[in-house]
Amino acid sequence: MDNTEKHTIAVLVDNEAGVLARVIGLFSGRGYNIESLTVAEVDVQEGLSRICVVTSGTPMVIEQIKAQLDRLVPVHKISDLTAEGESVERELALIKVKGKGNKRVEALRIADIFRARAIDSTNNSFIFEISGKPDKIDAFINLMQPLGLNEITRTGVVAIARGPKGL
Amino acid sequence: MAKRKLNGSEIIIQCLIEAGVDTIFGYPGGAVLPIYDEIFKQNRLKHVLVRQEGGAVHMAEGYARSTGKLGVVLVTSGPGATNAVTGLADAFMDSIPVLCLTGQVPTHLIGNDAFQEADTTGITRPCTKHNYLIKDVKELERYLCEAIFVATSGRPGPVVIDLPKDVLIDETRFDGAREKLKIGHRSYKPRTKGDPKKIAEAVDLISKAKRPIFYCGGGVINSGVRASKRLCELVGITGAPITLTLMGLGAYPANDEKFLGMLGMHGTYEANLAMHGCDVMINIGARFDDRVTGLLSEFAPESKKIHVDIDPSSINKNVAVEIPIVGDCASVLGDMIKLWREKKPKQDKRALSAWWKQIAKWRARECLKYNQSNDVIKPQLALQRLYELTKKRDTYITTEVGQHQMWAAQFYKFNRPNRWMTSGGLGTMGYGFPAAIGVQIAHPRATVIDIAGEASFLMNMQELSTAIQYRLPVNIFILNNHYMGMVRQWQELLYSSRYSESYSESLPDFVKLAESYGATGLRALKPDDLDPVINEMLASDKLTIADIVIDETENCFPMIPSGASHNQMLLGPADEPEKTVSEEGMVLV
Ligand SMILES: Cc1ncc(C[n+]2csc(CCOP(=O)(O)OP(=O)(O)O)c2C)c(N)n1
Repeated sequence: MDNTEKHTIAVLVDNEAGVLARVIGLFSGRGYNIESLTVAEVDVQEGLSRICVVTSGTPMVIEQIKAQLDRLVPVHKISDLTAEGESVERELALIKVKGKGNKRVEALRIADIFRARAIDSTNNSFIFEISGKPDKIDAFINLMQPLGLNEITRTGVVAIARGPKGL
Repeated sequence: MAKRKLNGSEIIIQCLIEAGVDTIFGYPGGAVLPIYDEIFKQNRLKHVLVRQEGGAVHMAEGYARSTGKLGVVLVTSGPGATNAVTGLADAFMDSIPVLCLTGQVPTHLIGNDAFQEADTTGITRPCTKHNYLIKDVKELERYLCEAIFVATSGRPGPVVIDLPKDVLIDETRFDGAREKLKIGHRSYKPRTKGDPKKIAEAVDLISKAKRPIFYCGGGVINSGVRASKRLCELVGITGAPITLTLMGLGAYPANDEKFLGMLGMHGTYEANLAMHGCDVMINIGARFDDRVTGLLSEFAPESKKIHVDIDPSSINKNVAVEIPIVGDCASVLGDMIKLWREKKPKQDKRALSAWWKQIAKWRARECLKYNQSNDVIKPQLALQRLYELTKKRDTYITTEVGQHQMWAAQFYKFNRPNRWMTSGGLGTMGYGFPAAIGVQIAHPRATVIDIAGEASFLMNMQELSTAIQYRLPVNIFILNNHYMGMVRQWQELLYSSRYSESYSESLPDFVKLAESYGATGLRALKPDDLDPVINEMLASDKLTIADIVIDETENCFPMIPSGASHNQMLLGPADEPEKTVSEEGMVLV
């Protein structure tokens, strides 16, 4: 498929049991891709959670994904952040690098350039915290590869539309 | 009413009664004993004891489809719930409003692999419109009311409520569900009114069409009798031909001139060619199912399409359309008629009459013609006789799945909605007989006939016992070809007639089977037997099995092989050798 597009979709849902399983089941059951998925409660009083899913497909598939998500009973709102104007995306990663000597110094130097913070350190390891766009994190990870990259954990993308308008 | 404390089971019964439910189809077990005890103590809700939970859901489906009301099912935890799954999937595919209450182990045991525990909400999540696990009796009333709303509104569907046993026993305040039943749902709000701009565009497009066709489906039936009436009116004033899907039969009178018959894999030549050749397609409440479209790239290549559906996810799913209209069929049809009458558009009468002439030529092929015989009963003849002898009665038809189902759709004429109950989306063998029981419960005086294949009937024939218990004069009209006929037909077409496991071996004597239940058993062996057997079946006030022994070799035509387009139909057996099925077609079902 050449006309495949990547879309970031925000979904506001009732924070009830099984709602995440419903969303994930929808994607796997209908053969849609999930590149990243994040979820957390955003309104405790109203019991609302926000899911941010990055997916890819042809324009017709993307339209289907949105319609199918909207069909789920506990879904309040859907917003295709990619299609509906500009948005900002961020991801956070914790990255463990093992090494000694020069490699260790080099890792620190690169971390500094990427504004990654060392949040844990031993004689022969660091844990870096880095946040930014996913491709910035990818770039950082690539640079850490030869310097003793040991373990990665990433949150997945959170995104929000620019401007004063809310979801 | 003063505030009272009720236990969970009492609340369930109260809510159901207040929601207008009069019948539950169910089967007891440990986890639901508290509800059964409440059922015992009252007499407003009738409980129909089935013989296997799978039957209960099909009964509820038959009840729902023939009345337009909610069908209600009650089963126990574990195996009770898993037995119900096929029926739920069936109701989901065909958009039938069903509420299924399942028992569950007590909340403190959930997740412990307790006796008869199953993850019912997990198992049923992909085959229900929604489901709930109730963990506190205080939530019960709200979710019950919500579930009824979800099942019956928008695009209807099955909803499961999983009920841990402690929730059925715990007490809470209850002061009548009437108000809560009106609330609806906080996030789920189906849109019923169509966009006026799009409706105006649609009316304009229809009025300019040279070769229009209405292609309508089960959405019209689900939208209620009103929708069917309006569909007739709109077809009448536009003068366009109409075809119906398997699910839509009855939404438009089959006896009317403008009706081209069913379309799709076993649809008529004229319906499929008119779809292929149309310039404007008006899809109302149908979903471009693969059984209907055939090869997608060749589907109605020159047409502009209007699609009216209450479910936005049905639009632009398989086929891209020019004018999508999200809304309830009855509402949108009403708006279209109003606008048409206001505008009184000028149509291209010459083009329309040329279109009808072309259709007449297609009709002249008489695609449903079959070879008559004096010795063996042709299934088509059996159904023609069945129609002729029942058409003056208030008759409801259900079917199983297979050749007989397609012949029934082709040869039985439905002139009113809600008279035809068949498993369209899931294609569930064993659907028809329990569905017929559900229909008969809802319409005690009507003539109810399950048009069955012998193999399908065997899948749920345990429900004979249910039908006898409630003295239901259901008729089972078995077109007995001693084969899984539809499987045999495909094996002839695609696998050089290697009949792998498609022979119906070791069948019971259906006449004796009926008699063993104290019911009526009849058999027709020759064409001359047909009328007497059908008349006797109709005269009998008991359940009747009519074993119609038909030509074992007959196949169902016309047929569009998988992976072919509408203009590549096989019209009869003689057509087979020249046309082969493509490799892509072979992988399709
Ligand atoms: C539960 C289920 N299992 C298998 C099938 C596949 N299948 C479709 S039609 C058919 C044969 C049906 O035979 P019968 O009921 O005798 O009807 P006939 O085609 O002979 O009219 C089978 C096995 C199905 N539709 N449903």
